[in-house]
Amino acid sequence: MSSLLEVSGVTVTFDGFRAINNLSFQIGTAELRAVIGPNGAGKTTFMDIVTGKTKPDSGQVLFGENSVSLLKLSEAQIARAGIGRKFQRPTVFEDQSVEDNLLLALKALRSPWSVLFYTRKPAHMARVATLAAEVGLADALPRKAGELSHGQKQWLEIGMLLAQEPRLLLVDEPAAGMTVGEREQTTALLVNLAKTRAVVVVEHDMEFVRRLNCKVTVLHEGSVLAEGTLDHVTKNQDVIDVYLGR
Amino acid sequence: MTQGFLAKNPSVLIFLAILALFTLGTTLLSEAYGVAFLSTSFVKTLGKTLCLCLIAVAMDLVWGYAGILSLGHFAFFGLGGYMIGMWLMYARTEEIVLASLSNSPLPATPQEVSDGIATQIFGVVGGSDLPLIWSFAGSLPIQLALAVLIPGLLALIFGWLAFRSRVTGVYLSILTQAFTLALSLHLFQNDSGLRGNNGLSGLQNIPGLDAVPQATVSIWFLWASAAALGLGYLAAAFTVSGKFGSVIKGIRDDEQRVRFLGYSVESYKLFIFTLTAMIAAIAGVLYYPQAGIINPAEIEPIASIYLAVWVAIGGRGRLYGAVIGAAFVSLVSSWFTGGRAPDLNLGFYVVKWVDWWLVLLGLAFVLVTLYAPRGIAGTLDRFTHLLPPGRRGAPLGPGDGSLQEKEADQ
Repeated sequence: MSSLLEVSGVTVTFDGFRAINNLSFQIGTAELRAVIGPNGAGKTTFMDIVTGKTKPDSGQVLFGENSVSLLKLSEAQIARAGIGRKFQRPTVFEDQSVEDNLLLALKALRSPWSVLFYTRKPAHMARVATLAAEVGLADALPRKAGELSHGQKQWLEIGMLLAQEPRLLLVDEPAAGMTVGEREQTTALLVNLAKTRAVVVVEHDMEFVRRLNCKVTVLHEGSVLAEGTLDHVTKNQDVIDVYLGR
Repeated sequence: MTQGFLAKNPSVLIFLAILALFTLGTTLLSEAYGVAFLSTSFVKTLGKTLCLCLIAVAMDLVWGYAGILSLGHFAFFGLGGYMIGMWLMYARTEEIVLASLSNSPLPATPQEVSDGIATQIFGVVGGSDLPLIWSFAGSLPIQLALAVLIPGLLALIFGWLAFRSRVTGVYLSILTQAFTLALSLHLFQNDSGLRGNNGLSGLQNIPGLDAVPQATVSIWFLWASAAALGLGYLAAAFTVSGKFGSVIKGIRDDEQRVRFLGYSVESYKLFIFTLTAMIAAIAGVLYYPQAGIINPAEIEPIASIYLAVWVAIGGRGRLYGAVIGAAFVSLVSSWFTGGRAPDLNLGFYVVKWVDWWLVLLGLAFVLVTLYAPRGIAGTLDRFTHLLPPGRRGAPLGPGDGSLQEKEADQ
């Protein structure tokens, strides 16, 4: 299987502190991957590098069949290339309607001129309606996003990510603050999404990771400590030392 | 602009109707075309107020919608005024010089005419040469084009430098203020080529319209200002009503999120900054022939701060709010500072409004910020159901968006 994202030998230093140290990471075109690690292991910095928020000191980040280097692209260009990111806290535009939120995320031209003269095409509106139905917000289209409950906002954000049609999805702690029922729904959704695209889930919660039932990458002090099934990595002595030894 | 746009934004039609009625009413009450109830100077004040409303609409676009608190938009307004002022002064002086030279036995050479104009205009700052920037002052079309293009270009260069470096929030405000201060300090110098602190004057005399009384000219300018405000309002409403408005409101609320959706935030900011600078310049072009004089004091940062106060008091994030704020505050301000407001005798102290008006304005600003953050327009929202729902009660879960007690009851 060819890889969709290939990170190799990446190093990032913040004021002398090595947040990421010679990190290498690969993921296929349709794969679910969990990234775990203790606090300060570099999970968030890793996502920042892939999405262009942080530029590494050295190393390579290649994306897609043509192996485009992401290091030369801006955040917006990377997003347009097909990388979506879900933050831990639901970030939707609270002052705007659910419909506007989805329309904003919908895959379409992004330049100021084309957006200024954008008209609501029936095909786009149908897509928005479908997405809203998928995330259970079909009745809430005209409501302001700020009126939604915490869980509904999470779902709206997921709907917005789907609207972007990303090829690689980075998800930061999706289970945080969710009820048991919502967690099960989220697990099913992530597993389902990974059938057609690459999904990277960063998570603290081992129980949630076990339910995802996928390959796990353990980060520690900015580099990969172990990789494999959850059972495999939890038996790894290094991993046990890092998680329990201190 | 389709029919659907106006149907979806009824407030635009209401605004245009009110503006048309206002213009018609003022015309019928004027000296030139009506019953002479309003003095010419008051008609000019109204016309100037319309121009201030237009720049307030621009400010609302850039601040209320896109969240960029620019403290420099009056610099673009003033630059527009200077550009049109150059033509007005040049063409007017040319008429005078030609008239005086026509008495001489030999017909005047172009050089003599040009020298005469330069001496007339720059004698006051001790110069007799036309500076390079006056090269096109003789041509109205070129000067009008420059009046919009130069502020636009300046905004483009400034914005490109600032936005590209991701300068945001209060730092950007300070930067715009510094830019404005630098520009006005430059213009205060006698060798800036724009007559230093004397500024450009006599702008109310429109070349070629000597025979037309000021009463009539003032009404013409009122019409032009009203048309500009109407068109500007329409353009602004079109910009914010669609997906573009959605994007810039998104940038205002969460810039990073918009970036991760694939929008180039910097391009959008640059676009809206430059567009509003050009709208401000158009307002300035119409304002200064009515004011009659422009000098560098007009573009000091304080003017732009006033602009922010108008928009805040009127209600930002709503175009009609900006118009209400600019009209209300600037008219009340000219009433208080014009010496027409009666003094308030407290027995032990007499409050003279000329001195105390600024205190009153400052107090009003503080009160609006604290108790009516949506400004005057916010009170109108009660009728249009734009208010956010009351979400009273303690949150039932973590995060700002969690369901709250009284919602759960419903």
